[in-house]
Amino acid sequence: MLKKILFRTLAVYFLSINFIQAAESGGMPQLDPEFWFSQIFWLIITFGILYLVLSKLILPKISENLETRKSQVLDNLELAEKQKNESEAKLKEFDNIILKSKIDAKNLFNEARKKLLDDINKKKQELEEEIDKEVKIVEAEIEELKKKSPEKINKIAIETSTDLINQLIGTNVNNSSITAIVTDIANKNKTL
Amino acid sequence: MTQFNVYRIGPEIKVGEIDISFTNASLFMVISTIAILLIFNFGAKKNSIIPTKLQLLGELSYSFISKMISDTAGSKAKPYFSFIFSLFMFVLFCNMLGMIPYTFTVTSHIIVTFVLAAFIFIGVTIIGFIKHGLGYLKLFVPSGVPMVLLPLIVIIEIISYLSRPISLSVRLFANMMAGHTMMKVFGSFVVSLGIVGGWLPLSFSVALTGLEILVAFLQAYVFAILTCIYLNDALNLHH
Repeated sequence: MLKKILFRTLAVYFLSINFIQAAESGGMPQLDPEFWFSQIFWLIITFGILYLVLSKLILPKISENLETRKSQVLDNLELAEKQKNESEAKLKEFDNIILKSKIDAKNLFNEARKKLLDDINKKKQELEEEIDKEVKIVEAEIEELKKKSPEKINKIAIETSTDLINQLIGTNVNNSSITAIVTDIANKNKTL
Repeated sequence: MTQFNVYRIGPEIKVGEIDISFTNASLFMVISTIAILLIFNFGAKKNSIIPTKLQLLGELSYSFISKMISDTAGSKAKPYFSFIFSLFMFVLFCNMLGMIPYTFTVTSHIIVTFVLAAFIFIGVTIIGFIKHGLGYLKLFVPSGVPMVLLPLIVIIEIISYLSRPISLSVRLFANMMAGHTMMKVFGSFVVSLGIVGGWLPLSFSVALTGLEILVAFLQAYVFAILTCIYLNDALNLHH
């Protein structure tokens, strides 16, 4: 009996609690105006602080960061472009120098060759001239010898013939007649 | 619906008849604000050519929102960048923090979203009247409409203009609340079906969590982009 009463009262108690809770939570808490002003007040406070701090402190900094990054990147790009151009110019200069030095080397080589050839030719010419001179001298000598040789031959022939006649006959023959004969023979030989 | 309950934390603060006590809603507003400020403060502190992770986060959000504003509202909307940035971040962080179990979702309360939307609506209207004077009323008179239809069109335009704060606030509030309620419903199914039949609703609620994270981002984005579109109407009168 006591148990039954206790059970009943407990059941009623829980049911009523459930019922009250259900009644309380039945409506939407959003439409309960009890805390509306509190929510509006705190919304204005928090949102106001958020807006002020963001607009005065944080957003300008972020925008500044973005701007500096942009300008820095642009600067770096510009610098890179400049350096690229510079290096290209240097490369061109270098190429020019190499080309120039190649041409110079060629010129020098050619000049040296020319000079050498000239020298050789000159020397050759000189030598040839010298040889010619010597040849001429020798030829002149030969000529002279040639010219002189008949006379000498004649002289020898006259001497030998006078000696021969002297030994054969034992008398001196007139020199002039012998000379005449010898020259005559010699002339005959020449014409032959 | 207990997850949407607002309760007092600490003492009751009253100014005159108005209760402005610190509640769990206030707590999560403060947490969102501090989280945003900390993340973006550390993101903005260093300035290296190759950004750190937090710096990248800050700079990506900055360029994301500035692109969104310039795409929808043009270059005239530059001065309102900070406001739209804070708005987007506040809504996004409140939505996302609400996805953590046992937290409170600030944006699931109509009063919060309505105050934001009403502020945007009033601000945009004031900007419009300052920029164009009474010419701003031309917004309600579209060009190329036959004279017969004009009164009707003007009435429709005025109604649609006036319903902007309501649609803006209800969209965010309803999305957040519906998502969280669905999660709760599927969660209670898991408990009631137990270890035998609970797997199906459990997998559903895993999928729903992913969807809700998407919705949390998307609703913040929609909120910000609609603000941009309203601002665009006020700054560049097209009609």
